[in-house]
Amino acid sequence: MKRFAGWSLASPATLAVVIFLVLPVVATIITTFLTPAGPLAPYIGFFGSGFRRTVLWRTIQVSLITTVIALFIGFITAYVVSRSPGWLKSILIIAAVFPLLTGVVVRSFAWMIILGKNGILNGMLVGTGIIGEPMTMLYTQGAVIVAMVYLFVPLMVLTLVGVLESIPDDLIQASASLGAKPMATFTQVILPLAVPGLIVGAVLVFTGSFTAYATPQLLGGESQMVMGTLMYQQAMVTFDWVSASTIAAIMVVITIAIVLLMTRMAKRLNPMAV
Amino acid sequence: MTTKLHPALIAFTALVFVFLIGPLIIVVGAALSDTTYLTFPPQGLSLRWFENIFAISAFRRTILTSLQIAFLSTFIALLIGIPAAYALNRYRIQLPGWLSTLFVLPILVPELVLGFSLLKNVAVQFNAPIYLSLVVGHSLLVLPYVVRVISASLASFDFSIEEAAISLGSPPLKTFFTILLPNVRSGVIAAFILSFITSINDVSISIFLTGPGISTLPIQILAHMEQFFDPTVASVSVLLMALTVAVMAIVERTLGLTFLAK
Repeated sequence: MKRFAGWSLASPATLAVVIFLVLPVVATIITTFLTPAGPLAPYIGFFGSGFRRTVLWRTIQVSLITTVIALFIGFITAYVVSRSPGWLKSILIIAAVFPLLTGVVVRSFAWMIILGKNGILNGMLVGTGIIGEPMTMLYTQGAVIVAMVYLFVPLMVLTLVGVLESIPDDLIQASASLGAKPMATFTQVILPLAVPGLIVGAVLVFTGSFTAYATPQLLGGESQMVMGTLMYQQAMVTFDWVSASTIAAIMVVITIAIVLLMTRMAKRLNPMAV
Repeated sequence: MTTKLHPALIAFTALVFVFLIGPLIIVVGAALSDTTYLTFPPQGLSLRWFENIFAISAFRRTILTSLQIAFLSTFIALLIGIPAAYALNRYRIQLPGWLSTLFVLPILVPELVLGFSLLKNVAVQFNAPIYLSLVVGHSLLVLPYVVRVISASLASFDFSIEEAAISLGSPPLKTFFTILLPNVRSGVIAAFILSFITSINDVSISIFLTGPGISTLPIQILAHMEQFFDPTVASVSVLLMALTVAVMAIVERTLGLTFLAK
């Protein structure tokens, strides 16, 4: 009876996810194995193409660099935020939430204004005489990385503030009063306790960067194609749906593999878990 | 006593917040410029680019569509997500463990893949109307937020209150509306707001599902940018930021903003 009540309440949402998410996505992946050219042909085609390998490698590179920078910036910022007095902490959290709730198009667009040929940064650099001619900053890998870091730092900060807040002040003071230098307290007390949070943040940022579309499209364009923009181009410009499905399958496999791997690692590295 | 922070750390954090907020201030400045090209600081102040948004029919149409899709999909997600979250908490033992994982899937599966798969295997296959496909895609996109947020607020709900009401003769539906819903009110508000904002800002799903005649605001912004690089996009961005501020004000009033950090 209870089982029936539970299922009947959960069934509309369950059916919605199964019918409109699980089945379509599985179908997309299955079709890549059912091409007339043979079961693995699309994958041989993908990895056989120098251009596609470059795109995959570039995507991994951009995502890794973004994740590392976001971890660094996010961790320090979250630490300071978590140790700030109450009123300041609220203001800083608001300041981090606001960009997070502002859409990805708006946030990428802001960097187009800054990094453009006639943009603010070039204007400032030429104006102060640091460079003679405006530099090409838009449509470079650097532009994509800067905008991605901008996109994901708030997420990282908010993920880590909660984790760092839960580290009691007493623990840090105990470490100091027992003679540990601030650096030792940091590396031997704070960092290990923050590892699970850092892993969650890293997963969020890496998978987010790896499957991003709008930011690489606007700041990287054709010359900095990544998996997301390549998939869109294959699906909607050249209408090669087998190729688009292959890219989709690779994205799903890599995303899920990273999530599983990292959550397992988070469990093992959690010093609080006995 | 709180831990002392090194001045270098404080300076670094200050710079990070300049980095976070600065670009958005630049967008506001660019929107107010009187020039026909994007520039900052603004040259001459004018609201003409805000008027221009509403002069372009594609913007008028897509703003309306985006609002409708966001309301509809949030409503659908709440409608199916609240009972699901309730079942997951109330009948935890009776239901299989993979069920809660299922509701996280829309976050785990890349949005682009979901959008493309919906287009390929649902919209095209069954010749579904664009509008309907968008509503389905966005409902799925926001469902995990609803289930997660409502579950979190149900975790602290004492189900014995509900049992007391039922054993005193209250019919199930009445119990739901008079006992359960008021107790998870803040969760519902938070879920509504997160869903609404997520839907309004979505690119990755909509980019596949929009089509001739029906588009959403972010997709229209992208299309506009391909042809013009004028302050119109900056002023639309300011409108979207105003919406974000409004949403944050509602959250602040009802729940307190620290809620969002959890």
